[in-house]
Amino acid sequence: MLTAFAILTDGLVYAAYLFVVAIGLTLIFGVMKILNVAHGAFYAFGAYGSATAVGLYFDRGLPVAGGFLLMVLAGMTLGLVIGFVLERGILRLVYGKDEVIVVLVTYAVFLILEDVVILIWGPGTYPAYQPLVAAGNVAVGRLILSGYDLGLIGFAVVLAFAARLALRHTRYGRLLTVVIFDRETAAAFGIDVTTVYTATFVLGAVLGALGGAVMAPKIAVTLGIGVEVIVLAFAVVAIGGMGSVEGALVGAVIVGLCRAAAVHLVPQVELFVIYGVMALVLVFRPYGLFTRARPRRI
Amino acid sequence: MAGRANLVGALAFVLVAAIAPSLPAWLISLATIAFANALVVLGLVVLWRAGLVSFGQALYYAIGAYSAALLWRLLGVTDAAVMVVGGGAAAALVAFLVGLLLARYREIFFAMLSLAVSMILYGALVKTEALGSTDGFNVAPATFLGHTPAGQARNLWLFWLTLGTCAVAALVVGGYFRSIAGALAVPVRDNELRVEFLGVSADRLIHAKLTLAGALGGVGGALAALAVGHVDPNMAYWTTSGGFVFVTILAGASSVAAAFVGSLLFELVRSYAVDILPGTWQIILGSVLLLTILFLPDGIGSVLSRRARPPEAQAR
Amino acid sequence: MQHHPVRNSAAAVLTVAAAWALQGAAQAQQATVKLGIVSFLTGPAAGPFGIPGRNAAEILIEALNAGGAPAPYNTVGLGGARIEAKYVDEVGSTANQVTEFRNLVQRDNVDAVVGYVSSGSCLAVAPAAEELKELTVLYDCGTPRIFEEGPHKYVFRVTPHATMDSVAAARYATHSIKDISTYSGLNQNYAWGQDSWRDFVLAMKVLAPKAGVDKELFPKLFAGEYGAEISALLTSSSQFIHSSFYDGDLEAFVFQATARGLLQRMPVVMTTGESAMQRLGAGLPDGTIIGGRGPHGMLSKPSPLNDWFQKVYTDRYGVRPTYPSYHMAQSILGLKTAWDKAAAGAGARPGIDQVIAAFEGIEFQGPSATIRMALGKGHQGISEISYGTSRFNKQTGRPDLVDVVFYPAECVNPPDGMTAVAWLEGGMKGAMCN
Repeated sequence: MLTAFAILTDGLVYAAYLFVVAIGLTLIFGVMKILNVAHGAFYAFGAYGSATAVGLYFDRGLPVAGGFLLMVLAGMTLGLVIGFVLERGILRLVYGKDEVIVVLVTYAVFLILEDVVILIWGPGTYPAYQPLVAAGNVAVGRLILSGYDLGLIGFAVVLAFAARLALRHTRYGRLLTVVIFDRETAAAFGIDVTTVYTATFVLGAVLGALGGAVMAPKIAVTLGIGVEVIVLAFAVVAIGGMGSVEGALVGAVIVGLCRAAAVHLVPQVELFVIYGVMALVLVFRPYGLFTRARPRRI
Repeated sequence: MAGRANLVGALAFVLVAAIAPSLPAWLISLATIAFANALVVLGLVVLWRAGLVSFGQALYYAIGAYSAALLWRLLGVTDAAVMVVGGGAAAALVAFLVGLLLARYREIFFAMLSLAVSMILYGALVKTEALGSTDGFNVAPATFLGHTPAGQARNLWLFWLTLGTCAVAALVVGGYFRSIAGALAVPVRDNELRVEFLGVSADRLIHAKLTLAGALGGVGGALAALAVGHVDPNMAYWTTSGGFVFVTILAGASSVAAAFVGSLLFELVRSYAVDILPGTWQIILGSVLLLTILFLPDGIGSVLSRRARPPEAQAR
Repeated sequence: MQHHPVRNSAAAVLTVAAAWALQGAAQAQQATVKLGIVSFLTGPAAGPFGIPGRNAAEILIEALNAGGAPAPYNTVGLGGARIEAKYVDEVGSTANQVTEFRNLVQRDNVDAVVGYVSSGSCLAVAPAAEELKELTVLYDCGTPRIFEEGPHKYVFRVTPHATMDSVAAARYATHSIKDISTYSGLNQNYAWGQDSWRDFVLAMKVLAPKAGVDKELFPKLFAGEYGAEISALLTSSSQFIHSSFYDGDLEAFVFQATARGLLQRMPVVMTTGESAMQRLGAGLPDGTIIGGRGPHGMLSKPSPLNDWFQKVYTDRYGVRPTYPSYHMAQSILGLKTAWDKAAAGAGARPGIDQVIAAFEGIEFQGPSATIRMALGKGHQGISEISYGTSRFNKQTGRPDLVDVVFYPAECVNPPDGMTAVAWLEGGMKGAMCN
């Protein structure tokens, strides 16, 4: 019984992590049709920025809540700056080219940014565990849950609601939805697709960095954390459907729960879980779970 | 025209094979691996012309490599030609079976599904301690039709075998591109529906391309296993696939030779980057890639071909 | 579609020719010995292993070139010749490693190669070293397979292999934790983690036959997030956890587990914990059992050589040396011992066969341990190992190691000619412990 509860909580925590990482990617992909490999670098920069902020702020007797805020802001600011520079500086030059070319550009940028991380922060590890400890824990029988993990779940839920609200009820959000649905028609209606692109990419970068920022206290912030995140994010986006925030959420929850079940019950298959789930979903829904019917172009 | 291209291509291969013994040993070893990888890239070019980018070619690369290695480990086979053919055949079979599912998918879903399949193989190999898990295992030195060269002579023979295999592959793929099935790749990429109206099954066509690309990947993997002398599950990992895609786009889809030149150049740039800046060589690699894309958007192949690819109708 | 076959071929030939022309000129240096040093300079393994190894090489080579190391290493360089080092990054695929090894030997003409952290790289490079007849000293990789799968003439490994770590861990765990009914394992899902766990379980079967295994967790390497694994361990009733996690993963696990009260409930036996101890500081829970892949760093005994090594390293790099640094130091000192001996015998610059003959079977002093090249027909080193328990020292604000036990080399290493697994399954016959 306790195991079932543990699977549920672990699954939701992992789902929260996946969702926060994937939401930025699905937006960029849905709007710009770009497989942004550099998303891993946004995550890494967010994590490093957050870890640096934590290192500077905590252990000085300042209020803990301020630390949480600073951590998030540090990560998001880095995401904003890098996203903006990348979009204006490099991506501008390759819009309109073959999508695969654009993917390669993002991959080249990712390689460069990985080494920029070394140049700025060096090859060491940056622990940022103070927020994790400060959040305390909650006991449920023999199982002890971390307050930070529960907070993460809450954070992801809030983010999902905010995204849904923004997409449906703000002007920019509706523009975004329209461009995701059909870029050409949107442009024909006079929507400035270029500005939408810039804003979307920067937003995606900020969200990616945010993912790194909130995960920093849980993981060891070191070289290479961006690499694995890319595949996880892509898998969740593929499961959920391109450009769909609900899809990213549902996909994250499915993968999270399956993985937690694997760790508790059948640890041998933990490595396969995310790929198995993705393959299974794609077999039955070739375009992901939440995609609109696409008109056939003749 | 095709005949002349083939003749000059064959001459180029013969020339390189002839000067090989006088080239420095490290360059021969590096070039062997580069050309083995170029075969995988060639398979990716076949797919890319139909508009598909596979992030799972490492699956066939690993199958080719492990098949060749297991032929030695289980059956004691050391003949290089047998191992290469065995690796290619095993990979082609798997490509055929996997293609039954994969041929229906397009765009990112094709990419992600192919990635998923290769990662499942990776997981299986990591779990198999009998095969050394992530450490893999070594492959015995190759023999060539009973001839057992040693030392640098063996590396030369392997290089010649690789060159020969590449020449055959270039011929076959070049011929395929000129065939109807090959020529239909671009129309499939541009507008599948119209191709179907012509009475051609796009899925079947793509299935055939997947099998061909898989076979090429397997042959490349078997050659790499012999050249490196070692196989490990990392050969099936998605970053290995990513590396192949990287070179494919660098090389461009317009000429067969570009796959080989691009692969060799990539290997050389990587090696010198590590040599010059051991701590931050990724910056060099990324910058070279970026500059190539910005100034040579159709890949190195566009330098080699006089006419670049015609701009496609962007009907998306 | 047109193409220019002539341009194609010309381009290909020019490429090859250009590469050939760019190769470095072979330098006939008689007065220096050129060493290729390979370890992780980028990537997640750089921080914990690659860079400490590289730093140790740098500081030691500097000292040796100045003749400033303590006796018996106070002569210049190797056999009187100054050492020139070339550093290569170990990151990339195995094919990259073999390529870079060949480049070091054939393009850069190094006299010997010292390096390699990853067991996969070591396994792949060993046959290349034999083929190219290049003296190679593997400094950090742990797999016992290198010399178990066949003898090597040109390859040496001074550092004992990883079986020693888990066997000593089992001995220490059974010595310090009473009445073990079940235990669990948390190891990374790759060869290192799988081998460490296998060796530990086999050793425990011999030392504590009644103890059973509860959870066997294998998260992905560098996963970084262990929430589900911690939950699984919290719901188990094991008395302790075995883990071969290292640095980044280990720190993340310790933070997350401490925050959820796991480590207060059951201690962790960390076979490579020594390198993380420094960084975890007060974050390391009391009662953690710490190993260091040898009696290194905080697990070491003071000695003139050890004190000197710690001083010069800390002065230069601001942190104390951890076990990868010790592994590199003892590898270079072993090479120096053999080279000096061969040079003395030859009266001039020794040939490679003379160095090999001098290297086989020698016994020499590393900064923290005496190494004896006893396995693999004189090519594989063994040494003693120590384990300790952590206890926080309120005065210094850092954890101390108490209850440190040293296990002699012959107690925790298999005999020559027998594979590690066979020795463990056979009940560790012939182990000579005190």
